[in-house]
Amino acid sequence: MMVTRGAILIKNGRVIDPSSKTDKVLDIYIEGGKFSKIGKNLKSRDAKVLDVKGKIVLPGLIDIHTHLREPGKENVETILSGSVAAVHGGFTSICCMPNTTPPIDNASTLDFILEKARDAHCNIYPIAAITKERKGETLSEMVELKNLGAVGFSDDGKGVKDSLLMRRAMEYSLMLNVPILEHCEDENLSIGGSMNEGYTSTVLGLQGIPKESEEIMVARDLLLAELTGARLHICHVSTKRSVELIREAKKRGVKVTCEVTPHHFTLTEEAVKSFDTNTKVNPPLRTKEDIKAIEKGLKDGTIDAIVSDHAPHLSTEKEFEYENAPFGMIGLQTTLSLVMKQLVEREILTLSEAVEKLTINPAKILNLKKGQIKIGHDADLAIMDPRKQWQFRQEDIKSLSINSPFIGWEFKGKAVCTIVGGRIEFSE
Amino acid sequence: MNWKRKDLLGIEELNPDEIIHILDTSISFKEVSERPIKKVPILRGKTIVNLFFEPSTRTRISFELAEKRLSADTVNFSTSGSSVLKNETLLDTALNIEAMKIDAVVVRHSGAGIPHLLAKKLSVPVINAGDGAHEHPTQALLDMFTIREKKGKLQNLKVAIIGDIRFSRVARSNIWGLTKMGAEVFIVAPPTFIPPYLANMGVKIFNSLDEVIEKVDVIMALRIQMERQKGSFFPSIREYRQYFGITKERLKKAKKDVLIMHPGPINRGVEIDPEVADGKNSVILEQVTNGVAVRMAILYILLGGSPTHASQRNGAIGRRTGGKRI
Repeated sequence: MMVTRGAILIKNGRVIDPSSKTDKVLDIYIEGGKFSKIGKNLKSRDAKVLDVKGKIVLPGLIDIHTHLREPGKENVETILSGSVAAVHGGFTSICCMPNTTPPIDNASTLDFILEKARDAHCNIYPIAAITKERKGETLSEMVELKNLGAVGFSDDGKGVKDSLLMRRAMEYSLMLNVPILEHCEDENLSIGGSMNEGYTSTVLGLQGIPKESEEIMVARDLLLAELTGARLHICHVSTKRSVELIREAKKRGVKVTCEVTPHHFTLTEEAVKSFDTNTKVNPPLRTKEDIKAIEKGLKDGTIDAIVSDHAPHLSTEKEFEYENAPFGMIGLQTTLSLVMKQLVEREILTLSEAVEKLTINPAKILNLKKGQIKIGHDADLAIMDPRKQWQFRQEDIKSLSINSPFIGWEFKGKAVCTIVGGRIEFSE
Repeated sequence: MNWKRKDLLGIEELNPDEIIHILDTSISFKEVSERPIKKVPILRGKTIVNLFFEPSTRTRISFELAEKRLSADTVNFSTSGSSVLKNETLLDTALNIEAMKIDAVVVRHSGAGIPHLLAKKLSVPVINAGDGAHEHPTQALLDMFTIREKKGKLQNLKVAIIGDIRFSRVARSNIWGLTKMGAEVFIVAPPTFIPPYLANMGVKIFNSLDEVIEKVDVIMALRIQMERQKGSFFPSIREYRQYFGITKERLKKAKKDVLIMHPGPINRGVEIDPEVADGKNSVILEQVTNGVAVRMAILYILLGGSPTHASQRNGAIGRRTGGKRI
């Protein structure tokens, strides 16, 4: 990895910045970690010049749903290792979920993360827990956590079961202007389930997680958001009905945003037939019909953001019975390429629309002054080679965990250089 | 026939010819168990490991007898609970066992797909002795063998499978096998025991035993797990017995020559009355007898034809099979 400080001049790249509807060949001059000039035929005597002709220059990608396992499980993923994986995937900012041990529900854990984040290769924004110990019983000290740097609140990994508590969390969050990021799942309906409930689960003899497990909570939380006026962000939408519920709520003016993961628009429950525990995720891989609805939701703007839901687990944790293996797969290094393969190549989204959901939209959801190539902003960039053919191999994985069902997949299009705050953090 | 599979993992992937081949081969092996000296030298020098990660009495003993009657050396590993030996993962365990140069693995596990995982990693044949609620192929084969022996055929028979289909690997394997062989399968259970889209497997679903009892040729009862009561799958044993139990009164409505089957172990007086389980229509113990023959046939088909361990390691297929050279 090459780390460069000082001025950088990026020449001849096709700059796509959805926030300003830019899509043209431009030069970008970076100085003091900020974008200082954007234009044609820029020149510099002392800057490091990167000629990126034929490549695409994007605002650095922002992942608002990442699981780093520090503190607690540093052998599975650290803030440092997660950040290395991030920059290899074109991400310059990642937001880490609070389901660590201990969880991010108090000032000292948050401080610890921010301290560690200083050595990271990309920007780390912590999301704090809605409830103390993520137990769903009492609210965490949300004002303090926000003031110390938490960018949102979530009990992700599970939902807030108690509707009254959820109402209170939403009401309390009104004075903070940050969203509640909700993992929508009715735990009781999901009990014992390890994959989507349907014909495939019946054949495999695996207990299913019905779509309704997600949809019931999506519906509840939309109603509570409407009741309270709070900002709600629905995590990892996986079903057709969830998309429809959110679309309808947006029309009514509910302050809701939502996200989807690449695996939920790429794989279906059919993948579970391999019994590969890397296909075990929560929410589970659904059906073709759901993917169609997600594609429609991405196109019409119902779905605002694309996130990795990067969830590392060691192979020793994953190499168990499907029923007992933990949920989750890594995703930081495959997200951009899956977006290219599944959405852009198949013309579900234009490149600019896709990039919007990886940059400015997630930035807006969490109020980050990021995701734009704009003079004065932090110089976070992802440079993509859209023609680069590559295979995702196990040895390429920068995470400490290798739990991906996409190992061996062939892709076209890859991040080849990532610049964070004016420093080249990854280049190949 | 030219047997091509390394493993026996499930009935889903078998075609009717393969099923018939196993059932036909089992006929000769049944005879072996009736001899005064119940042993043939077919697998002499072969070592078979029985890995039972879930409590089992009859299946384990049945496999062991089948192996011994074929003169194989057997090693048993039994443990209960879902996770394997303390710090070793399942695959490590299996690879270690394979490193000891064994010739086949029989595996039972509470996790669906575990035999499939092993089969991918091991070069020797893997036989599924039951994986979670997924498949129990040898049970379905012995059930089909028993039905065919008694009825002379499987085609066009009406078979009722009653009870906890949701959690039953026996039901799934039998549904695949019986429908492939042209039988009609009726599933009888309260809706809470019926997993979604079960009808897509080619069965008809009923919520009352009385609706089908008069027309079926075979009644297969499944064991009711008492702990399902806690999950609210059914309210009480009393109510279950009343509407889904094979009681002696209910049996009166059935065909005179109906076969009563059960994979065991039986909850007498719950899913089946003792008088019915021990009555003249019951073939429950014959199922057990046939189990040994069917498992011998499977071991013979998967292992018997290849002369050395090395040839299997090289993935040699096209083993000598088919001929009843016993």
